[in-house]
Amino acid sequence: MMRTRIQYIVLATLIFFIAPLSALAEGLIVDQTFSGKNQIIVTLSGPVDKVVAENIDNYTVFEEADPDIILALSSATLGKEGKNITLVFKDPLNMVKTHVVAAKNLAGIDKTTFKVSKSYLGYLFGILISALLINNFVFTKYLGLCVFFGTSKKKSTAKGMGVVFTMVIVVSALMSWFFFNYILTPFNLNFLQIVVFIGLVSLTVQAVDTVLRKVNPILFNSFGVYLVLVIANCVIIAVPLILANNNYNIFETFMLALGAGGGFLLALYLMSAVSERLQLAKIPPTFKGLPIAFIVAGQFAMAFLGFSGLQVF
Amino acid sequence: MANDKSSLQLITRGILSENPIFKLALSMCPAVGISTTVMNGFMLGVAVLFVQVFSSVTISIFKNVIHPRIRIPTYTLTIATWVTVIDLVLAAYLPEAYAKMGIFVKLIVAFAIITMRLEMFACKEPVKDSFWDGMGMGLGFMVGMMAIGFVRELLGSGAILGYDVLGFKPLLFFILPSAGFFVVGLMMAFFNWIEVYYKRSKGLK
Repeated sequence: MMRTRIQYIVLATLIFFIAPLSALAEGLIVDQTFSGKNQIIVTLSGPVDKVVAENIDNYTVFEEADPDIILALSSATLGKEGKNITLVFKDPLNMVKTHVVAAKNLAGIDKTTFKVSKSYLGYLFGILISALLINNFVFTKYLGLCVFFGTSKKKSTAKGMGVVFTMVIVVSALMSWFFFNYILTPFNLNFLQIVVFIGLVSLTVQAVDTVLRKVNPILFNSFGVYLVLVIANCVIIAVPLILANNNYNIFETFMLALGAGGGFLLALYLMSAVSERLQLAKIPPTFKGLPIAFIVAGQFAMAFLGFSGLQVF
Repeated sequence: MANDKSSLQLITRGILSENPIFKLALSMCPAVGISTTVMNGFMLGVAVLFVQVFSSVTISIFKNVIHPRIRIPTYTLTIATWVTVIDLVLAAYLPEAYAKMGIFVKLIVAFAIITMRLEMFACKEPVKDSFWDGMGMGLGFMVGMMAIGFVRELLGSGAILGYDVLGFKPLLFFILPSAGFFVVGLMMAFFNWIEVYYKRSKGLK
């Protein structure tokens, strides 16, 4: 009984995912992609009339999230064989969003509607890279600095702290997502965000502590001390707040948490590599300790500014 | 920490000898992140002062009821409650300043300085002393933030509190986000230098 039910569920999900693909392939439109900063290229299954295809009044384009804002086109050009149309927009497009294009009278069909979006995996990967490098939480958002300066003296400490932190942040971010979407939002309890999120973080830290102590005492001996520090880190509470602000779904949440943890690990490791060298260097006595660490971190922050133009996919 | 300290001593200790930013080196995130102007520093300082004083007093009142084993979660939840209060108040009455401070108001909940004061002071001392201690620490944070904001605003945009005083912009670099690290580092080194200089001059006498 149970088994047939599971089979039905699997079948239903498969249909749910595959159905849109077949629907797209049937019609006039073969392929649609973004190109450059402000273009959409549409490939058609057969040639169409040039006058109709190049009349920009025939197209209506908007982002799926807000259908009220119609994006302005500056031109539409038909390719040589009459099989592909390039739509050029006046303003750059936000390629993260799904765009809906509605075309009138194309190939004699009254109205053709199709969606243009980037590959979702690429978008998820973009979130990861963004949290890791472009918006690194330590060097470009200036969060988690207390723990950052406290534990970046030695490479081994840095690695331990980074790994424990990544583990805790992924678990607590996923839990916060569930609480936010299934308890806080349905019951209009959004003002309790801070209390609930910090409670969940403490809970996760306590749970990881207990589980690790029983399951792997050796790992606990080397990593246990860092668990207490995790809770004093602003990043761990910033991630749930960001995901609540942006209405991320569960995959996006996972990627953001992974990127935040990985970015913290990266920053700690880089800083500890410099700190180990600084111990041998001749530093003016007034700069010893924290002042020089701050100046090094400032240089890292400037270096990380270089990632700001990075765009993957 | 002795009980015989006067309120004035408790306040000056928070501002000078145990300044949260320059001496204890805690709560550095906002000191680097949003200290671009004196006003930003002042606003966040007020928020921290509020949370610090009220959490200190709350914990001090209930210190005999809280079981020692669950004291840290209790502190966290107390702080979170007061942060929620100031967060909602600022969002309602000062939306412009709130937008500038962004996520940092909510992040007060993770500031090490507040938990540390509760653990070190408020859970042992009477309500009155806890109040003044919280006041001192909050003011110390505010003064530190405003000092960094003053340096950055003066050097970066040649202005103080938004009024143009210099008429030119000496070093635009200081208003850029990453300069926060440099300013804090240099100011710490400067205070260290004063201390060394002071001790040396005393020793020579």
